Amino acid sequence: MYTVGVIIFPGSNCHAETVNFLNTYTGLRVNRIWHKDTNIKMHDMYIFPGGFSYGDYMRAGKLATFSPAVAEIEMHIRLYEKKALGICNGFQILCELDLLPGTLRQNENLQFICKPVTIYNENEDYKVPIAHGIGNYYHPHPELVNVAYRYYDNPNGSTNDIAGVYNHRGNVLGLMPHPERAFEHYHVSRHGYKILENFATK
Amino acid sequence: MLTKDELIEIETRLNRKPNHTEKSVFDAMWSEHCSYKTSKSHLKRLYTNNRYVYSGPGENAGVISIGGTDRVAFKMESHNHPSYIEPFQGAATGVGGILRDIFTMGFRPIALTNNLFFGDPAFSDDSKRVMNGVIKGLTHYGNCVGVPTVSSKIQFNKRYEKNPLVNAMAVGHTRERIIGSVAKDLGRLLYVGAKTGRDGIGGAVMASDSFTDGVDLRPTVQVGDPYLEKLLIEACLELAETGHVIAAQDMGAAGLTSSATEIGIKGGSATFKGKCGIELNLDKVPLRETGMEAWEILLSESQERMLFVLHDWGIEEAKAIFDKWDLDCVEIGHLTEDGNFTVYKDGNVCCNFPLSALEYPELERPWTPRFEKEEVQSEYRFSTENILSQYDSEVQGNTIKGIRDDVAIVRIPRKDARGKDKHIAIYTDSFPYHSFVNPKNGAEFCISSIYDKLVYVGAKPIALTNCLNFGNPENPEIMFEFKETIDGMTRICEKLNFPIVSGNVSFYNETSGQNILPTPVFGAIGLMKY
Repeated sequence: MYTVGVIIFPGSNCHAETVNFLNTYTGLRVNRIWHKDTNIKMHDMYIFPGGFSYGDYMRAGKLATFSPAVAEIEMHIRLYEKKALGICNGFQILCELDLLPGTLRQNENLQFICKPVTIYNENEDYKVPIAHGIGNYYHPHPELVNVAYRYYDNPNGSTNDIAGVYNHRGNVLGLMPHPERAFEHYHVSRHGYKILENFATK
Repeated sequence: MLTKDELIEIETRLNRKPNHTEKSVFDAMWSEHCSYKTSKSHLKRLYTNNRYVYSGPGENAGVISIGGTDRVAFKMESHNHPSYIEPFQGAATGVGGILRDIFTMGFRPIALTNNLFFGDPAFSDDSKRVMNGVIKGLTHYGNCVGVPTVSSKIQFNKRYEKNPLVNAMAVGHTRERIIGSVAKDLGRLLYVGAKTGRDGIGGAVMASDSFTDGVDLRPTVQVGDPYLEKLLIEACLELAETGHVIAAQDMGAAGLTSSATEIGIKGGSATFKGKCGIELNLDKVPLRETGMEAWEILLSESQERMLFVLHDWGIEEAKAIFDKWDLDCVEIGHLTEDGNFTVYKDGNVCCNFPLSALEYPELERPWTPRFEKEEVQSEYRFSTENILSQYDSEVQGNTIKGIRDDVAIVRIPRKDARGKDKHIAIYTDSFPYHSFVNPKNGAEFCISSIYDKLVYVGAKPIALTNCLNFGNPENPEIMFEFKETIDGMTRICEKLNFPIVSGNVSFYNETSGQNILPTPVFGAIGLMKY
């Protein structure tokens, strides 16, 4: 059984639908991890859900890096090469943890943006919603980044239209769009599963 | 401010001169905002009951049953005055306040909507400032607490230039026991959430008066913290499930005073020997600043605070829950059986009078018809896409029709016993121009068109909430508009069997003699048939 741990911080908003999303996909065992938990069992994949962890105080995602659960999970990711997927706020946390290169800045128009966008990788196009205020990806040398997905119509001004990045080993993925908002019949598409599969089978 | 007659009334009720703290308490509780003194006698006429209604007006929010044990709570509230003084914080705390009304009762908030009215931004920089600030505030707070904003409507008219209207509605769902706002048993008072500061003192009194030019009212506006609200939602819902809660109140207008007295004023049941009374010890209230006086603590409108009445045996478990969510919680008093409101500070009694003295006698204000019929329609049109995309309308993953659709449809988060999904439709609207020309007809037309809209999308219209925004009620013409609107609502609601289960009245939307258009805003819930 493929085990997935969803880490819940105070201020996380999207953990409930992330768990729903994973539960509808067969063959996964989903566990919730509270940010104060210790002695965490090793999972095959960790998901950092979207939201405003610790109210985005100080800097988006920064305060989450100090929590005890994250310290253990970081070890699982770095030493045992377990997978980690950060969505939205989770992307910010992974960048703050230095598990991913680069950083995220305020959107170019200085506004929160919530709308469906189309992203692509080398194989396919995916239609998924975005919802973020701080999603403008920046890296001084974008040609060195292992890019996962790019926007067709860049909504937030990110460098080279980057929407999601892998780390160099390929076991950590940060995504600004929300795959957990693209899987039900009334969502913009059901491409969320494809994005999850792309990563799980990588 | 208290009038001379009211002061005499207080003296006769107490048989002595009230001290300064008591006077401030009466001042806040007898303000239009808290006492509904002008509207009470009219609101009694409303049609408020049918077979779907679980609890109507009088609670924090109206509750309807949608089959099985599923219940939906919803309410609309205005935050007009603060939103003009300080648009960002005014609008943000408006959202915070209405959300607290919902989750105080044990409901998980599942949707937000708002109706906004501004002056023409094309002609006035001030209107632009207010509009941008209000939208920033609403989006910031709503997105951060993780409740989807599923509908937002904006209207413009020069009459709203100095009195913008910000009406927000929240919808919640639960399958557990509902928590009332009135104590039915003796218990201990637990203060939870943010520390008390000097922000928002006198907010209720400010909102019950017209604006005059050149007065800085910014200290009367509260400051919001959505992160704390998010923690409060989760912690309060966890506490509600334990069954230890006797009653709960959020500290909104008039802060600790109104939440504590409202718990007690209608409290009591067979278990009480006498009348329900309240004993508060202000020394225990967590303070943000030093040297705050009793009246400041009692009337501070610092946001994100709650008051719980808990059974003795539930205190330990409650403290453990709030500790888990890193929230302050302190026991600040208990309920008594003597029917008195007693407040201690530094070992002295600073307030001691029977709770029943706080009930305000109804007020019948005179009204006269108005014949002025100028052309008032605004020509301002613009694309709302840039504004709508700032709201997170999809968080929680249950939004089927969202902010870009006419009628919002939201899925109830949990499947029912047969494994089926339920869906509710949410629609809000207002026709101020129509109401200006003919208040009675305007209200009728608005409600029936809302009814139609819900039917068009395949929903059964169930119940309404409203927010009645009017000018200065001391003006008989405004009072006429208000009375006629209530008449219209009563008539059409009875005909359609479409009850009003909660609501809010905002008077004194007047600046230097210029009143707003009569703006009754209605929000409705329908149950989808599929």
